[in-house]
Amino acid sequence: MKRFVSILLVVLLCLSVFACGSKDDKKDDSKGNVVECNVIYIGVFEPTTGENGGGGMQEVLGIRYANSLFNTVNINGTDYEIQLVEVDNQSDKTAAVTAAQTLVSSNVIAVLGSYGSGVSIAAGETFANAKVPAVGVSCTNPQVTDGNDWYFRVCFLDPFQGTVMASYAWDQGYTKAAIISQNGDDYSTGLAAYFKIAFEKLGGQIVAEETYQTNETDFNAILTKVNASGAEVLFVPSSIQTATLLLPQAKALGISAAIMAGDTWENETIISDAAEGVTFSTFFDENNDANEIAKEFVAGFKAWLNADPENLKLNGGSDGVAAVSALGFDAYMVVYEALERLAETNSVAMREALIATDYMGVTGSVTFNEVGDANKDTAYIKTVQGGKFVFIKTQVAE
Amino acid sequence: MSLTTFLQHCLTGISIGSIYALIAIGYTMVYGILRLINFAHGDIFMMAAYFMIFAMVDFMIPWYISFIIVIAGTILLGITIERIAYAPLRSSPRMSIMISAIGVSYFLQNLATYLFSALPKSYPSIPFLNNTIKLGEVSTSLVTFITPVLTVGLVFVLIFLINHTKIGMAMRAVSRDFETSKLMGIKIDRVISITFAIGCFLAAVGSVLYFTPRPSVYPLAGSLPGLKCFIAAVFGGIGSIPGAVVGGFIIGLSETFIKAMGYSEYSDVFTFILLIAVLLFRPTGLFGEKTEEKV
Repeated sequence: MKRFVSILLVVLLCLSVFACGSKDDKKDDSKGNVVECNVIYIGVFEPTTGENGGGGMQEVLGIRYANSLFNTVNINGTDYEIQLVEVDNQSDKTAAVTAAQTLVSSNVIAVLGSYGSGVSIAAGETFANAKVPAVGVSCTNPQVTDGNDWYFRVCFLDPFQGTVMASYAWDQGYTKAAIISQNGDDYSTGLAAYFKIAFEKLGGQIVAEETYQTNETDFNAILTKVNASGAEVLFVPSSIQTATLLLPQAKALGISAAIMAGDTWENETIISDAAEGVTFSTFFDENNDANEIAKEFVAGFKAWLNADPENLKLNGGSDGVAAVSALGFDAYMVVYEALERLAETNSVAMREALIATDYMGVTGSVTFNEVGDANKDTAYIKTVQGGKFVFIKTQVAE
Repeated sequence: MSLTTFLQHCLTGISIGSIYALIAIGYTMVYGILRLINFAHGDIFMMAAYFMIFAMVDFMIPWYISFIIVIAGTILLGITIERIAYAPLRSSPRMSIMISAIGVSYFLQNLATYLFSALPKSYPSIPFLNNTIKLGEVSTSLVTFITPVLTVGLVFVLIFLINHTKIGMAMRAVSRDFETSKLMGIKIDRVISITFAIGCFLAAVGSVLYFTPRPSVYPLAGSLPGLKCFIAAVFGGIGSIPGAVVGGFIIGLSETFIKAMGYSEYSDVFTFILLIAVLLFRPTGLFGEKTEEKV
């Protein structure tokens, strides 16, 4: 009897394997993930913990806000509900791949994210293999979309950003620059390299190039060395965490050179006495009145943040609108607008729709070039003044 | 390298070195008494930083009262750990108590992750400590300058305590021979508690000095400094207080100069190579006593 039961169990087990298998067989590989039961899942692939947890969270807030406004879509006469599937890629390249696989198996038809280029590069292949298109939000390294037909992005790129900062530094009359970058971080080393190329092309001189390790807390030695090199400007593309450590130490050492950085520094946590006068490039400015869509977004987003203390806390305790929140909003809207034009409700058709994107968003118009990058030509230069971010000018690359 | 730059590097190195020295004393004293490497010491240092954040940010207590709260809290934590995790194992093999110490270390790290989340919290700034001062051409924050002075002062007080007071005499006796001092009527538990209290007091002071110019606290913030201070203690000769101080200064200075030469990737590598080299060629460290096997 016992033997009979065990044989029966084994047979059932085998059948159950086939049952799953037959379900998988139904899935047409050429269509990627297919929408079922009138619910469209959109993956949110962002870091909410780890080094980039703070900035990633602000991006998620922009996406959640967009989702709260536009959560149903009509495709070919059928109404669909849109639900976000959020995963935390932990700012870690290994965790990012696992997180991406989780999204793919949750049957998402498009993915938004990430903040930070390293995690996006690491997960790119997973999305491409599953034939699920991803829309990068603020990952600025060229390698994210390069050679990957399934990755798009709504922000500008590091070569552009590095060049813009070099042009800005040159316009300010600086001729000697020093670069400090994070060893092994794609965003930081990439931006540093493009800055160097552009600055030297303009006729400037790079007098020091220093690197530091992830989780370094003591920059005194590096800063002292850079200061001794006679640099007039320091270019420090880095995470926010590094910024909050490096700036007070630079102030204590009495460094008089101007400090410049990339888009990551637009986060209220860096603001302190030591951050006064720091300049950086970013994607968006909340006080720019020229764009009607942006004005509407800023008002709506602030109201949404203030309505829930939890959201306010996640945004760093204030209702300032970070550029990455605006980009998160735009990325969602690009996908939403593509959904409306879908021919079939699957992720392969989703990619076709995304290619044809022509959308006017909060951070400017979005059209994708052949690599999948948004065509953008302007960056916003901001500085810290009197404990606030102040918009200086728009800068085009020279 | 100009003279100013050189002096600037020296100041940075001495400053970080003296913090290492403060924490290394905690390792070395506990080892001297219990023959135990207290692996949780780096995490006690980390918890002290969270106590400060609690006191100053969450309860808005002025810094001088917060400072006392941090010291009291850290000492209490250290003594509690000793009572709960080490005291019951006093008669067990030495390996058990060491494994218990590793357990406490992981416990504290995960407790901090659970209570305060893995996101870095910013350390409150103590207004006057962050003032910039100028010594000739060298510019630095006041805390960088105070750190070595305070450390040297504390070390002298400690050496006086050990050489010229009754409790100091008891400590020396216990470290020489545990069993005999017990027979002579020394209250072992009290001596051990006081040893932990001193170690934790120095870790609390070190934590304030360490995190004020590096204001980012996360649950693993104590593990790397903890390891480096352990190396400083071994390098100087574990069990010896002057050894721990010298070890701390040497590691702090060499780290700074390696970074200054542009090899910041290798600064930690060097510290760990130093540990291996010391263990291979001079296991008792610079000032360590030669142990004679009793037959």
